[in-house]
Amino acid sequence: MIDYNVLAAGDTALVVDFGNQVDLNVSAKVLALAGRLNDLKIDGVIETVPTIRSLSIYYEPLTVSAIWLERKIADILEHLEESPATGRTCDIPVCYDPELAPDLEQVASQCELNPAQVIEIHSSRTYHVYMIGFLPGLAYLGDLPPELVLPRRTTPRPRIPEGSLGIGGKLTCIYPMATPCGWHLIGRSPMSLWDPTLARGALLRAGDRVRFRPVSLREYWRTCSDGLVAVPRADTSH
Amino acid sequence: MSAALRILEPGLLTTVQDLGRIGYQHLGVPTGGALDPVSLRAANVLVGNDPSEGALEIAYAGPAFVIEADSVNLACAGACASIEVLPRETAVNGIHYSSMQSFRAYRGQVVRIGPASGSSLVYLAVEGGFDIKPVLGSVSTYIRGHIGGWQGRALAKGDALPLRRSATSEREEFRLEGLDLARPSRFRIVLGPQNTRFSERSIKDFLDGEYTIGPATDRMAMHLHGPKLEHIAGHDIVSDGIALGSIQVPGHGDPIVLLADRQTTGGYPKVATVISADLPALGRSRIGDKISFQETSVEEAKQLRRVLLQQIDAIPNRLVRARRSGDDLTACLLTNNLISGIVDAKLGPSVE
Repeated sequence: MIDYNVLAAGDTALVVDFGNQVDLNVSAKVLALAGRLNDLKIDGVIETVPTIRSLSIYYEPLTVSAIWLERKIADILEHLEESPATGRTCDIPVCYDPELAPDLEQVASQCELNPAQVIEIHSSRTYHVYMIGFLPGLAYLGDLPPELVLPRRTTPRPRIPEGSLGIGGKLTCIYPMATPCGWHLIGRSPMSLWDPTLARGALLRAGDRVRFRPVSLREYWRTCSDGLVAVPRADTSH
Repeated sequence: MSAALRILEPGLLTTVQDLGRIGYQHLGVPTGGALDPVSLRAANVLVGNDPSEGALEIAYAGPAFVIEADSVNLACAGACASIEVLPRETAVNGIHYSSMQSFRAYRGQVVRIGPASGSSLVYLAVEGGFDIKPVLGSVSTYIRGHIGGWQGRALAKGDALPLRRSATSEREEFRLEGLDLARPSRFRIVLGPQNTRFSERSIKDFLDGEYTIGPATDRMAMHLHGPKLEHIAGHDIVSDGIALGSIQVPGHGDPIVLLADRQTTGGYPKVATVISADLPALGRSRIGDKISFQETSVEEAKQLRRVLLQQIDAIPNRLVRARRSGDDLTACLLTNNLISGIVDAKLGPSVE
């Protein structure tokens, strides 16, 4: 049995909440429910937004009632099967050079590692996209290897450059645009993760997988000048 | 030469907005759109546009612009503003109009929109609309993400905002009468989704108290100052979706109502959500206004939404043919029930 609560967020949104945690099993349920609901194309359901721990369902209450939706959700969750991973994979180049990684040294010392080990550990795993949120195209990736799990910085930075690679708690992400930020910055990607002129399919989505490929400072600048956009490809090898 | 409005003064924060960018929150893109969609629709109806057409959302202080088209048909709706059409850039005296009526202006004339009174937002629609390419299905300006509208930003001096029509139709001028833009005496909320993370006492204070809309308020968030809310299990949660009108409470305890340009997800507990029927009135409230909240049910909120949508559908029925001359501002304020500013939802218009 799946433990969840359906909560009202006003009169036009429901939140199917699976609990206050970052957990790959929870994420699998959130994404499977989102997939089922989207496939059903229910009249009155406007959009679904998966997050790390819940699914927001935006609906038109004069077309479909909250009570009907709750029953539908219960029905789907009762019959939910562990579906094989359907997401796509995206390789993203990242430069961990100290010039672009203002917190690398400090992260290494807090984790009792050297910077090369931090880079090796961070770039040697395939990450799951828990959700896209906070900013257009900002993917929350996990799980970070336990050796690199740190609390957020005590003082957030008022502005960090586009492409910054951050770590915080069990998560890591690349910031698609300049923004204030409280995470530790250990690198930067030369590839754009957000381009509104692209079709929606070309951008990272919850459920996709991401691998980081370390690149030199020289390759970083060369890729930047090429203006490349990260494009996930449908591929289930991981 | 293509038709345009050339901006002489941009006003405080003037952006292109329509009914929002729907269906992209899973990519982190906020819905955006007009903070007061009722007034946006009214402005469009006045000039014969589809109600969902993009228009200028003008906050507090209005812009001034030169007409670079043979003729344009314009209308303001929402807050009351004195509108002056001057014969040329150097002219001192012009013809005055008010909100809620359409008017014409011709090549070389200057249109100056005065400060908004009664509420914070004026919508300016142009017959035929602006010739702006939608981004992800909408022309709404999302400033933080540099998306949509005019170059992804608020208007600036010197911008030439392209128009679809270079001349007006033969359409007559209209006024819009009796559109009720009064705000509810108390904004209605549904508790949750994280109300259990606050002490019962502070939820009572939240519902009994009065809040002042703070100066940091913008299109993303309305900052409120008043009784603080007390968290009972910390103020950080694992990120959750944020609905329009969600009231989140960070560590400082002051509630923040999240508006059109809100981030799609966030990590603070949300004590309540303002119901959809009250969001347009909340969106046009002014910094410094006092507001309070009242709990309601999802079912009641649905009935109030139905009433609001019926009012929106009936906007075209309120059009009446207008005299050519301008009307004075007081008449506008009175007809739109904005002087007292407050109408109790149950008792009808209040008398001061």
